[in-house]
Amino acid sequence: MATSLQSFISQLLPLYPELVIITIALTILLLDFFVDRQHKAMLGWYSLIGIVIAASMTIKLAGLAGSFFGGTFLLDPFAAYFKLAFYTACGLGILISMKYLDIEDIHRGEYYALMLFATSGMMLMASAGDLITLYLGLELMALSIYILAGFMRSDSRSNEAGIKYLLLGAFSSGIMLYGMSLLYGISGTTNLNGILAFLRGADLANPVLFLAMVMLIVSFGFKVAAVPFHMWVPDVYEGAPTSVTAFMSAGPKVAGFAVLLRIFAHTLLPMQDHTAVILAGMAVLTMAVGNIMAIAQTNIKRMLAYSSIAHAGYALVGLAAGGRDGAASVMLYVLIYAVMNMGAFGVVIMLRKAGVRGEEITDFSGLGKTNKAAAFLMLIFMFSLTGIPPMAGFIGKFYIFKSAVQAGMVWLAVVGVLFSSISAYFYLRVIMVMYMYEPKEEFSLVQSPALALALAISVTAVIVIGVYPSGVLEFARASIIGIL
Amino acid sequence: MVPLSWYVLLSAALFTIGVVGVLSRRNVFIILMSIELMLNAANINLIAFSHYLQNLTGQIFVIFVITVAAAEAAVALALIILLARNRGTVYVDEFNLLKG
Repeated sequence: MATSLQSFISQLLPLYPELVIITIALTILLLDFFVDRQHKAMLGWYSLIGIVIAASMTIKLAGLAGSFFGGTFLLDPFAAYFKLAFYTACGLGILISMKYLDIEDIHRGEYYALMLFATSGMMLMASAGDLITLYLGLELMALSIYILAGFMRSDSRSNEAGIKYLLLGAFSSGIMLYGMSLLYGISGTTNLNGILAFLRGADLANPVLFLAMVMLIVSFGFKVAAVPFHMWVPDVYEGAPTSVTAFMSAGPKVAGFAVLLRIFAHTLLPMQDHTAVILAGMAVLTMAVGNIMAIAQTNIKRMLAYSSIAHAGYALVGLAAGGRDGAASVMLYVLIYAVMNMGAFGVVIMLRKAGVRGEEITDFSGLGKTNKAAAFLMLIFMFSLTGIPPMAGFIGKFYIFKSAVQAGMVWLAVVGVLFSSISAYFYLRVIMVMYMYEPKEEFSLVQSPALALALAISVTAVIVIGVYPSGVLEFARASIIGIL
Repeated sequence: MVPLSWYVLLSAALFTIGVVGVLSRRNVFIILMSIELMLNAANINLIAFSHYLQNLTGQIFVIFVITVAAAEAAVALALIILLARNRGTVYVDEFNLLKG
């Protein structure tokens, strides 16, 4: 009996990071009863400890590559890379949340539990070796985030964001599921490697196969907010609590790209001729709509929502370029994007005070005079989002467009650079408002040690990756070898 | 014996009804039901393929899909109750605080 239990526990070894995250989330739900309202931040620090433990386990397990549980769960450097990105997004998300939740008076333990459940869902998505695991991970992530988006129960805007996200998310899962069922019917397996093996010898002109592929692109287009499936993004980003918006713009988007890479750069690789054309078209549309619509926005959260659409477009360029370089550039880009976007939202959160929403771009007026440090941080994040060296955003875009040129899609790289220069207008406008406008009224910013730590981490990452990118780039390149 | 194509046609019809329902209806409950139709269309596909391929994976997939659909309905209904309380409406075209 004891030996069978031991062997069971040792069989679970590849799942340890996920199990740690889920255990911490479940214990938070219990501990929540014993922690009084003023000390809920302790639960946040407790979940951060869990994330650090899980991260160290993921690093330890990186050497143990292989497929487990009948091929449904994969451990490879690719999954490890994305899991580390999810830990970063979740950790920064928790750090910037603590003070904000107090101000909004929604500091409840479930918040941290839901963040961790969402993270475990993303981790399953990155490790999925089977359509079933992929679907379950995706839904675990999505359901947690629907609740988080509607977390301000008494605020109609937050409710509205939650229900809009849920309806469109469930709609896109329905489309994805139908595509998966067709794929299963054609290939006779739900295993990703099995499907790849089947496609290598199959007749690719089959229209049903094409339909299944299009349905998968549509549904993941929803998840990463690619045009024309982006309608929900601005509304949901604006209505959701700002800390959730920050997490939502980083975590699920990175997870969506992990799955897109796994499916389109690995499983559906034999169909690359078809997928590359569709993905390139989507990339152009996404960059165009994201960058042009962002110009007209007056609300910073909406502006960052359109900017996140545009950034999905740049990442899609790398995906359309394909190959090892394309995939590595996408991996590098989504990590950089997650860090710099979390940083920008961290500064936006500082402007939130009781009674003042602090979400309009004009609320930044004169920030350069009243609070030099916060304004300077925002300046760095905005420069990075624009893609100005020596910030990390430049490195990300550079490798994306380089991979497009190398793949012979020079036109796509040119279009991308053109739209990227449009983006300078609305990012630099924030800087202009901060430094050239007079302060409207006396106001003090929200400050807390956790928020300062989050901003310090993201600004360090943005500058270090920007100045010395080869470390992360080599890591991304080495991670991709397993799947391509 | 019912041929496979009948099942696939049935599921395609259900899926289409579901998509049209989501896109054209305004009552949030009907939209949810239409989404449910889409999921069940995929379920019929999976079970039919599983039967004709003599492969159990499809049926296992369906059990998971049904479970997730139940969880999704629970979250959706909770959010709808909140909206009905705060706004007093269940029509999606009146969810218009956020736009631009």
